[in-house]
Amino acid sequence: MKQYQVFLLHIYVYKCFIPNGSILVTRDYSISAKNHENYDIIITGGGMVGTTLACALANNRKLECKKILLLESGKQFEYKFEEKYSNRVVALNQQTRTLLSSIGAWQHIKATRYCTVQKMQVWDACSDAMIVFNEDYLTKEIAYIVENDLLLHAVNKQLIDKENVNVIYNSKVENIKLPKTLEENAEIQLQDGTKYKAKLLIGADGVNSLVRQTMGTQYVKWDYNQMAIVATLKLSEPTENIVAWQRFLPAGPIALLPLTNCLSSLVWSLPTTEAKRLLKVSEEEFVDSINNALWKVYPKDGIVESGMRALQQLLEGLSLQTGVVKQLQPSVSAIIERSRAAFPLQFGHSVSYIQTGTVLVGDAAHRVHPLAGQGVNLGFGDVTVLVQLLAEAVINGASLGDMTYLRKYETLRQRYNVPIMFTIDALHRLYKGTAAPVVLARSLGLQLTNAIPVIKKALIEHASGQIGNR
Amino acid sequence: MRTIKSLSLRPISTGFTLRNRLSEQIQEITQCDPQKKPTVDPITVEHHSRLSNKWWNVNGELRALHALNSLRVQFVRDGLANVGFKVECPYLPLKGIKILDVGCGGGILSEPLARIGADVTGIDASSELITAAKEHAALDPSLDGKLNYIETVIEDFAPDNKETFNAILASEVIEHVNDKELFLKYCISTVKPGGSIFLTTINKTLSSWLGGIIAAENVLKLIPKGTHDWNKFITPAEMQSLLETCIPSWLQNKINSWNVLQSFKERVVLDNFNSDKLRASRGKEKTFNPFIN
Repeated sequence: MKQYQVFLLHIYVYKCFIPNGSILVTRDYSISAKNHENYDIIITGGGMVGTTLACALANNRKLECKKILLLESGKQFEYKFEEKYSNRVVALNQQTRTLLSSIGAWQHIKATRYCTVQKMQVWDACSDAMIVFNEDYLTKEIAYIVENDLLLHAVNKQLIDKENVNVIYNSKVENIKLPKTLEENAEIQLQDGTKYKAKLLIGADGVNSLVRQTMGTQYVKWDYNQMAIVATLKLSEPTENIVAWQRFLPAGPIALLPLTNCLSSLVWSLPTTEAKRLLKVSEEEFVDSINNALWKVYPKDGIVESGMRALQQLLEGLSLQTGVVKQLQPSVSAIIERSRAAFPLQFGHSVSYIQTGTVLVGDAAHRVHPLAGQGVNLGFGDVTVLVQLLAEAVINGASLGDMTYLRKYETLRQRYNVPIMFTIDALHRLYKGTAAPVVLARSLGLQLTNAIPVIKKALIEHASGQIGNR
Repeated sequence: MRTIKSLSLRPISTGFTLRNRLSEQIQEITQCDPQKKPTVDPITVEHHSRLSNKWWNVNGELRALHALNSLRVQFVRDGLANVGFKVECPYLPLKGIKILDVGCGGGILSEPLARIGADVTGIDASSELITAAKEHAALDPSLDGKLNYIETVIEDFAPDNKETFNAILASEVIEHVNDKELFLKYCISTVKPGGSIFLTTINKTLSSWLGGIIAAENVLKLIPKGTHDWNKFITPAEMQSLLETCIPSWLQNKINSWNVLQSFKERVVLDNFNSDKLRASRGKEKTFNPFIN
């Protein structure tokens, strides 16, 4: 026994001189790489969220020993800088920017282009109600408008340097086998027959997630029977373009997000038939429809008007803010050629995000209406929290697939995501109608929210992801 | 209950009496039945051995122990950090630390500690559990060479391994032990001067009886019936007096304890009473201590 102890001690001293325990890692692969290639983490889906996740995992010092595989079904993404703006943009909140900065991707975006939103004006077409966020520019930026392609490129650029991440493009997943216990591995087979194994499988494979389907978790979804039209717009006259505009129309909200002083990006939710029609009409007619949607005066209901006046008087009596000066929305002069596109709008939420050794992030777990520009931010929020918890699992010596940590992820994310998702859904429903009581209720609500600074501040903070993560 | 009472009523011992009593006891052991170990309760060992195939089912009978892991590992990491251990490798925060896990069972706590870099020796009286622990550890190649399980009891193990470990750990064990004082003395003898001792156990309170035994074993069936004997539970005060008899300068050593209510269990966690003061006390008693010489 004593000799054995001495022997052990000898090994121990020997290992001390091998940095990062690399001898163990090599051993790991040589033992069980018979017909599977072994990884610690496999991420399916190399979109914005999946790629950022791979990068953030590799970037975390507590996870730097983990071997990561990123599977992307599309071909390798080549970014070519064009003067012309892409029609697909995202509005990133402060928290997402922090995440991108932490993995070093923000510097590339900064060096290329993005636009800061410093103020947001939301108003109702059917009444005078409106709300302005950050009208005094006291807080920092509300959001950052970045093109999807540029964002993905920036993250990819950071990912290239990560030695422990392997990316396989054009990889069509054929079959997934999820682990039932902690001791098992998740197994994934591609159409070309190659197989991979990992302790943790992360599904970042979007709305129709195969990982989610394999999990067999309940997925709540409904169709809004709406499509969102996106386009890049030229403004009639150059302005200091720092405001995000959103007008609630009976048919759906129209939003303009700033790109440059004379360009804005359009996100316009419309009933499917109307959206399809607008995709086909001439560009002139399309521009007219946009201006109409931004400016058209809708008949105002007498009840709503008097209700709003009463509230106005009440607020004045309480010496609360009665409505800031409404800034006039811009007009559109033209659209950038061939920048029109549309995509269907759905609500979807996976009842469970996790299972032993399996976890869903981003659109695979939740999908929202774009009216608040929150979809991608929820996905990036998932990334931030998941990375933190996996790092915690590692330093606690737990397996990456340990439900203790995955459950924490699910709890934290659902507690944050679900209220946002249902608020957005409720807003959509609230603003769909034109019936006087509904209009009155929402107008009073909006006006009150605008007048009470505490609520407004809480709203901004929640939308920028500052709270709710711990 | 009676045992603990008599223990806590004993006067705080000096180095001299410690030596005397210990050597007497050791003599007693060797003279009496060699199979009979004073710290081991054969019924408990048998009870836990029966669970050997369920040890690693995270949703099974031992889920409470699994659930405690994040807390326990953090406890060890923080404890070592508090006495000045510097983490050099962020993902192997215990790299270079030699740990003895007394009463390791199926290795629920030994494995994570080995996974974060510690060289762990796990000992347990049950051969079934040691086998289960070895089998499970073999499933993870990264644990290779970091874990050493031995079927033995502390009174057999300690004499050959004096002052060997940077830290020793008796997690959820002392409430199953017969002769707690002897158990602790043997445990302490394996620690290097200045090393750390981590003890976690269930508190002896009304709520631990209601929650830990009545509710968890009989009503909710969270843990198997007969796992715990409330009479063998120990309160922080009893633990402190026990440690006072084991370490002569105990009163000068700082004791951090906190209570955590988790999984219907009220626990007492006793931290590190170690570092310089222990070293100093060890230095003083050196000539008298049978374990050191």
